[in-house]
Amino acid sequence: MAIFPPEQRIWWKQPLHGVEIAWIGICLVWAVVMFFTMIVWHVVGEQNLSNEAYRIQPDVYQERTEAMVAQYQVREEGSTGIPVVHPPAGTDIYMMARLWEWWPILELEKDKTYRLHLSSIDWQHGFSLQPTNINIQVHPGYEMVVTLKPNKSGEFGVVCNEYCGIGHHTMAGRIYVVE
Amino acid sequence: MAVSSLFRTCPDTGLPVHLPAQNLIRANAVAAVVALLVGGVQGLMVALTRWPDVQLLPADWFYLVLTGHGMNVLLFWIIFFEVALLYFTSAILLKSRLATPRIGWLAFGLMVVGAVLANIAVLQGDSSVMFTSYVPMRAAPHFYLGIILFAVGALVACFIFFGTLVIAKEEKTYEGSIPLVTFGAMTAAIIAVFTIASGAIILIPTLLWSVGLIGNIDPVMYKVIWWAMGHSSQQINVSAHVAVWYAIAAMLLGAKPLSEKVSRMAFLMYILFLQLASAHHLLVEPGLSSNWKIFNTSYAMYLAVVGSMIHGLSVPGAVEAAMRRRGFTKGVFEWLRKAPWGNPAFSAMFTSLIYFGFLGGISGVVMGAEQINIIMHNTVYVPGHFHATVVAGTTLAFMGITYLVVPLIFQREIILPRLAKWQPYIFGIGVAGISVFMMGAGTLGVARRHWDIGFTDATLPFNYPDSAFLLMALNGMAGVLAAVGGFLFIGIVVGSILFGKRRDTASVKSNPIIGIGGGTAVSSYGSEGTLKLPGTMVLVAIFFTAFFLYYWVNWKYLSEVWPLS
Repeated sequence: MAIFPPEQRIWWKQPLHGVEIAWIGICLVWAVVMFFTMIVWHVVGEQNLSNEAYRIQPDVYQERTEAMVAQYQVREEGSTGIPVVHPPAGTDIYMMARLWEWWPILELEKDKTYRLHLSSIDWQHGFSLQPTNINIQVHPGYEMVVTLKPNKSGEFGVVCNEYCGIGHHTMAGRIYVVE
Repeated sequence: MAVSSLFRTCPDTGLPVHLPAQNLIRANAVAAVVALLVGGVQGLMVALTRWPDVQLLPADWFYLVLTGHGMNVLLFWIIFFEVALLYFTSAILLKSRLATPRIGWLAFGLMVVGAVLANIAVLQGDSSVMFTSYVPMRAAPHFYLGIILFAVGALVACFIFFGTLVIAKEEKTYEGSIPLVTFGAMTAAIIAVFTIASGAIILIPTLLWSVGLIGNIDPVMYKVIWWAMGHSSQQINVSAHVAVWYAIAAMLLGAKPLSEKVSRMAFLMYILFLQLASAHHLLVEPGLSSNWKIFNTSYAMYLAVVGSMIHGLSVPGAVEAAMRRRGFTKGVFEWLRKAPWGNPAFSAMFTSLIYFGFLGGISGVVMGAEQINIIMHNTVYVPGHFHATVVAGTTLAFMGITYLVVPLIFQREIILPRLAKWQPYIFGIGVAGISVFMMGAGTLGVARRHWDIGFTDATLPFNYPDSAFLLMALNGMAGVLAAVGGFLFIGIVVGSILFGKRRDTASVKSNPIIGIGGGTAVSSYGSEGTLKLPGTMVLVAIFFTAFFLYYWVNWKYLSEVWPLS
């Protein structure tokens, strides 16, 4: 019984049940398969998170974001005053997280590649691109550079999914993808 | 052995029970149930707020209550209960005296003061930082201090457990090796030491930072070390509730591990690999390489997962072998049909095993794959997963053993036995609903820790699909059901302790706790003489098929999102 000491003192010499041996074998094979799937996906898969990241001062990141907006702004979003930016394909683009907005709105072209720089200038935030469902943690002081290729056109929401204080549930941004 | 007046003889088992140990077990179990009550009420409020048509609490209260909910149930309920289990599996099962009961009371005092202090900090309203308290968001200093005091108390309790093992060995209170259940508890205690040390390493500087003595805490470093506490403490739970599964099966059915060697190896894998799981929370963070993520998230090639899968065979296998020895040999599943489903300890144990494996285990491994995490990180899929592991797994198992601890340690009969019979099913189905509906909503991208998925006050509102709102409403309903089950449990247990009939020799005869065959040696190890376990083989085959299919379906989902690199 499991609540008493083993009845045979030399319990480690008891024979193993055939079912147990088979199950352990299956588990080990499955473990190896799952482990190598992650590695193989880096080679054959199209969805891998970038390993490119830098330390960055929040004010430097903010300046770069503002420079991009100044250069490529095409309009303002309705009456909100939020700039909509249409940067050329293949360039470095920025979406700054701060309490409580994703700034600015980006307009991207379908099937073109962009280098998206993500960082926060205050607390941690969660970049949650919906409905495609890409979720990336955003830290102050760190800048992650993700190479993105939108494969569908339309309007996408950027939700914040890391709790960031009382306005957390109002923090939503937008990305437009045009043909 | 110490003075014999410090011991009583248990009428159920004949074991000598060390009275100071018994008192400490009682105190820690009571504190655990109080934390469960507070955290449970908070959990119900969270579920009702996230039900979009109800939205019970205003935003500030929601974030406050959610912080308290995580802290009270994930930390205080579970660790108080685990301390009770540590004392039970050492002093009681080894027939020993408990090491330094006085320091045990000191540990208990520290834990109570810490828990109260942290709760005060949260209720004051300026520490709504969530259970994880990620920097640079700042809580009040006594929030961190409370958790540190609680952790120090728990650490002291672990060393009392180790001390008791030494005393039992020295005083030869048992022959040979320690029982498997005690071995499982020892696994939990070893992981707990690592966990609490990690907590101290990060929370002490954070406390100093919150009072202004340290200028800056790096947010990524904070998460790496905080989760060495936060996730490893969940591995304490896994070790503890697996030990509880073995204990309940042994006490009710006389079940023996199929093989001591395999079960102990599986526990050993937890000690060696589980603490790498900090990485599960860091798969989409900047500044950590894919190499680091892959090695750590998989516990060095999924070796800890293999440990759990082994228990997934050997626990039902031990039950099947015990039932077959008692003559339930017809067909593949007579042993399972004729199992004591009306005994809340058994039904809680077996359903905990099923929920933990099928819902919690599979979703955890899938979500922990490096790239799949991109489509799940910080969505409600995450709480869906851990409600299956920590609530349907750990909490339900702990509820099960409480139905044995109340008569054995508190020496009271369970009141309202007919209601008690239903309680694990009501709670279990409610929690399984919570898990499944949150995982469903998470697959649709719904954010966790979010007051308003309708984005009523947002400048740039976003619309989740209608099905997401439906799933969150179903989650609210399942939350109500789970709360009913939880409050029933608390009512029955507190009622039994206060008003239950005192357990005497007559009631031991009429209502035995230790089941038929508990203790009688039919064979020397679980699998001897019962070489065929067809029922368990079918169960693990179903489990593996579900695991296999669900794993690949999620890679398919991943392959449909925007290409990124």
